[in-house]
Amino acid sequence: MTPESTTNPGRRQSIRVLVAGVAGGVAGASLGWCPEAQATPADMQAAITAFSRSQTLQSGGVRLLVPELVENGNSVPVSVQVDSPMTERDHVRRIGLFSEKNPQPQIAVFHLGPHSGRANVTTRIRLADSQRLVAIVEMADGRFFQTGVEVIVTLAACIEN
Amino acid sequence: MASALVRVPARARRGEVIEITAMVAHPMETGFRSGENGQILPRNIVQLFVCRYDGVEVFRAEFFPAITANPYIAFSTIATRSGTLEFRWIDDRGAEVLERAAIIVE
Repeated sequence: MTPESTTNPGRRQSIRVLVAGVAGGVAGASLGWCPEAQATPADMQAAITAFSRSQTLQSGGVRLLVPELVENGNSVPVSVQVDSPMTERDHVRRIGLFSEKNPQPQIAVFHLGPHSGRANVTTRIRLADSQRLVAIVEMADGRFFQTGVEVIVTLAACIEN
Repeated sequence: MASALVRVPARARRGEVIEITAMVAHPMETGFRSGENGQILPRNIVQLFVCRYDGVEVFRAEFFPAITANPYIAFSTIATRSGTLEFRWIDDRGAEVLERAAIIVE
């Protein structure tokens, strides 16, 4: 299942239309970024190590949902879902998203808690190139989990600059 | 900064997990692009988004330049009681957008 399919298409459309209304001239002005420098897999690893305070990263229970083939790197829907009861004792505390080949490895950090009810967050990101994306999840007990996906971008965010 | 758009269910059952979506009009200038004169356009992004429910923080997102223009976020919270959800976006220049939505919990 992709983030596209989890969202009501009619609602997506109405949000787009509304934003076009509120954003005015801003909406089209900011697409594209053409980085002089690109992060490397080593940069991403360093950012992940800092986020996870050098803890061991375990696997399982985390899903990173991104379209496998992205036509337009300027706006890529990304969802992270974590299997967690989201109780006071056992919940997701933070989710970090990381990129291998954008100009900067950090994408976003989300802070959740037992009041979240579900560990499920969606946003939209820019991708400068085909690359690996990684999600790191910090649990309330201090354990860290990771997952990653390969994404192919046919029109990089760079092109429209 | 200009306008924001949030979606919160108008009504929910007590204990129900509700989905919230929020978006703000913002160019999210990355700081990696050149302008027409060849100069780098200074970075100005929404670096922080916070949602409070009756004054209590229930969600926070730190954004980096990889987040799209007009940043969109969807997350959830538990409907506990009737009240107000407050959404705040803060950009690199310190500009803030504040939006509120009421919810009735039965």
